Parts: sequence; C-alpha cells; structure tokens
Amino acid sequence: MSAPVPAASPGTPGALGILVFVLFFAATILLGAGLGWRRGHSGRPAGAETSEEWGLGGRSFGTWITWFLVGGDFYTAYTVIAVPALVYAVGAYGFFALPYTIIVYPFVYAVMPRLWQLAKAGGHLTAADLVRARFASRPLEIAVAATGLLAIIPYIALQLVGIRTVLEALGLPGEVPLVVAFVSLAAYTWLGGLHAPALTAFLKDVMIYLVVIVAVTVIPLHLGGYGAMFATAAAHMKPPPAGHVLGVGQAVPYATLALSSALAAFLYPHTLTGVLAARDADTIRRNAVMLPAYTLLLGLIAMLGLMAHAAGIVTSHSTAVVPLLFLRIFPGWFAGFAFAAIAVGALVPAAVMAVGAANLVTRNLLPALLPRRSGPDNARAAQVSGLLVKLAALGCILLLNPTFAIDLQLLGGVWVLQTLPALVLGLLKLGLRASGLLAGWAAGMAGGTWMVMADGLKPVHALHLGGGTMSVSTGLLALLLNLAVSLAVSGAFAGLAQPRTSWSPPWRNAARK
Amino acid sequence: MKTVPGDRRRRWPGLLLLLPVAGLLWVPFYDRPMPALFGFPFFYWYQLAWVPLTSLAIWLAWRLGRA
Repeated sequence: MSAPVPAASPGTPGALGILVFVLFFAATILLGAGLGWRRGHSGRPAGAETSEEWGLGGRSFGTWITWFLVGGDFYTAYTVIAVPALVYAVGAYGFFALPYTIIVYPFVYAVMPRLWQLAKAGGHLTAADLVRARFASRPLEIAVAATGLLAIIPYIALQLVGIRTVLEALGLPGEVPLVVAFVSLAAYTWLGGLHAPALTAFLKDVMIYLVVIVAVTVIPLHLGGYGAMFATAAAHMKPPPAGHVLGVGQAVPYATLALSSALAAFLYPHTLTGVLAARDADTIRRNAVMLPAYTLLLGLIAMLGLMAHAAGIVTSHSTAVVPLLFLRIFPGWFAGFAFAAIAVGALVPAAVMAVGAANLVTRNLLPALLPRRSGPDNARAAQVSGLLVKLAALGCILLLNPTFAIDLQLLGGVWVLQTLPALVLGLLKLGLRASGLLAGWAAGMAGGTWMVMADGLKPVHALHLGGGTMSVSTGLLALLLNLAVSLAVSGAFAGLAQPRTSWSPPWRNAARK
Repeated sequence: MKTVPGDRRRRWPGLLLLLPVAGLLWVPFYDRPMPALFGFPFFYWYQLAWVPLTSLAIWLAWRLGRA
C-alpha cells in the first residue's frame, strides 16, 4: 500500500464530474476561510486576534461543533483512502481500524475531561503546555512538543497525498494538483485559524456521509448483496484457517495494533486541539458518547476494500482502490462529488493539524523570549508557524516521496505514543518525575525507532517466546519500555525534593477554579 | 463551569468502560465467520455491534457516575 499512485483509471469522470468537483471543493474553501475569518474578527478591532482565538477557537465550541470538528479531524480523508486500501491488500486483518476507533472513546471519556479542566484553569493550548505545568521541566516540555510536531508533519503530508490521489483520478496528474491542494490549505488556515475547519467540518461530514451511504447501499446491489460480496471478496484472498476469519497468528497483532492506535489517537496535536477547544468538560463527555457514530461510518468505509475485490478492481497500487471503485460504479458527476468530499475531507484535518502544530511551535518550541500569553504577536507567530509546518509537509512529498511520508507516519504513531506517560499518567498518583519521564521517553523513542527500522518499517515486532513467535504492536512494546524506565528512574530519584509546579496533581483537588 | 468535581463522582460506573475494551481486545472470541447476520460474517457484525454498545456503556458510566 505504499507506492505512488499513477492515474491508471479505467475511465475519467468526464467534464461534468470535474465541474462538480471544482464547484464543491472551491465552495468549501471559500466558505470556511471567509466565515472563519469573519468569526475570528467579529466584535473586536482588526488585528487584535489572540492566539487562543486562532489556535483554539477561543475555547468556545459546544457539543455539535466539537462533534463535527473532532469527527472531521480524527476520521481523515486519508482514512477513506487508506483503510479500504489496507483491507483490499490484507483482508479482514485491515479491520483493526474498527476496534481501534471504538476503544478510543472509553479512553477519551476517562482522560480528556480532566485534561480539559487543567488546560482551562491554566490557559494551556497544547499537550506540552500541560506537561510543563505539571512537571516544571523545560526539557520534558520540548521533548513532548518536538514529538508531536515530528508525528504531525507526515500526517499532514498524507492528507495532501489524499487530495492528490483524487485529483489524479480526475485526470490531473503531475505536481500541479499538489500545489493547488497546498495553496488552498494554506489560505484556508491562515485566514480562519481553528474556526475555518470547525465551520467546514459540517459540510465535509454531510458530503462524506452521503457518499459513503450511497456507496455501501448501491455497490452491494451491483454485486448481489452483502452475502455475495463477502463470498466473492473472500475468493480473492488467501483463505483463513477453517472456522476463522483472520489468518494464522494475526489475532495478537490485530488486538495490540487496535490498542496502541487507540492510546495514541488523542495524543496527536490535532485531536487534542479539537478536544481542548470544547466549551466545557461535559461537552467532551457527551462527545465520547456521540463520536462512535463516525466509527460506524468507518466500518462501512473499510468494507469498500472488500467491495473492490468483488467489483473486479485489480491494481497493485492499493491507494487507488477507492477512486477506481467509484469510477467503476458511479456516474461521472457523482464520482466528481465523491472526490470533492474526499478532498474537502483532507482539508479539514490538515488545517486542524497545522493549527495544532503551530501552537506547539509558538508556545513550546520557540525560546521563551516573548511572554507566553495570548496576544496579536503570538497569533501572527502561530499563523507563520502553521505555514512553515505545511511547507515541511509539502517538502515531505515533493522532495522525498509519498512512500517516505507513509513510513514516517508509521514511525510518528510509535513516537507520539511515547508522550502518553508524561501527559496522561501525570494525572495519576504514580510518583512520576520529570527526570524519569524524560529517560522513559528517550528509551521508548530509541527502542521504538530501532524496532521499526530493524523490522523493515513494519508496525508489528516479532517476539520469540518459548519456541513460538508472536507479533505485537511496536508502539505498545516501546510504550512498555518507556513505562518501565520512567517508573524505575522516578523511583531512583524519589528521595529528592520536587520542584514547585504551577498546578498540583488533581488528587489534591487544587487545580480547579 | 458546570463540571461535577472529580471526587464527588461515583467511581464504580467507570468499570463499564472496560466492557468494550475487553469485548474487542479478546480477538479469538470473535475471529469466526458464523453465525452470520444479514450476510455479514460474525467477525464483522460483532465488531460493528460494539459501536452502539460502547456509546451506551459510556453514557451509562456518565449518568450513573453523577453523585
């Protein structure tokens, strides 16, 4: 699933399809940027936009906006392309995305309302802000911020790859589409900040829902119903052992990949930004209940990978599976609409990612010359950082290649999980210290990177236990190493005095206003 | 802020959150094609069924947790 995609389509959606695409894509960008810009400026003099306003929407988003925003930026366009591509390539094993995006919500419910309260009380915008406040350690803050930034750039790059995939399916090959995608994204985020994606997330979701519901109803009808579809798809796959759906030895990697992905999902700057922008903690709790609705959609999207087999799509470039399937089944104008939905679906998360990354740069990575407060200077700095982050993502694809972005994104998932002890376990009474967490982070980063590289860029690592072999998620193994080192080193330093911190751990009940 | 202070929330309903985690991470339980439902093998519909069940579990944990 990792080669660049040539436009080897069986047909193009025609002029009407391209027209529909351009219409919807352009309308969304103009709407998001325009409305976002007006929202960001309403009621205050020009130029007085604060970084909290640009970077966190003024922490004002209610239940529905949060639902659309987090849903829109967690279930990315790349998901719409990559999950079916994985299922097309490896069958049932690729469905681990489903348990992953289910068990993420108990985690969100248990952890995020507390983090929100602490962030609100302390005026924090990022994970690294929270960690600095909890452990009073500049090195740990930089470690957490740098990890988030490193993990998010390839993620943005993949959104650009997603836009390029549909543009190529429209018959627009070359680098021009990518530049168009980039300029749209840049304008959109610069003007609107977090308000832009929040407002367009609604449009994007309606479009994606429409496309997916039509796809999962119409396509099986073409193929003789779901039963026939599963049977035909299975004939294209390596048959699993009798009485099973997964292949031999796939159960453990399936479960551990689901778990590690779920733990990592809301440590990314973009997802955390969406959560922290909520109006109150109950908004997050309500969203933990409501967000699984998107997972239902994701499960159906994943089925597109099986449907492609049943529809007779044959390609070695599995990222092209969804565009090829749509071109095969749908009339040109609806294919154009579907591609616009995917392209807009890339824009929303990419914008939130850029905002989240910009917050990290301005608040945590730049030397603390400026006072770390909201203000016009800081908002402009965030806009510029956001642009630089997007340029880095573009460079990822143009100068290196899309495969590099995919590999880097895999590593990013392993890396970002290493910030879990500092951010989340800091909430618990475990006696963790900055020195221990920093040592654990370094061990997890080094160990995880080594395993991924040694395994030839695979997300699972083979453990040899008592004669048998078991593949386990590399991110999870690195996290275990991280935890062990964090606890051991923290324990070793337990006798020393702790520095004073600006917020006490929540069990002392001192952090609330 | 209308959040309920942490120490006044009941703790035990939080255990409900472990249900979807256990139900989905114990893969051998659902790694089977039968019984199928509407043409969906067990493997697929079982996991899809956990989507509304998880919403329900979180909602219950939230409601029952209010002191």
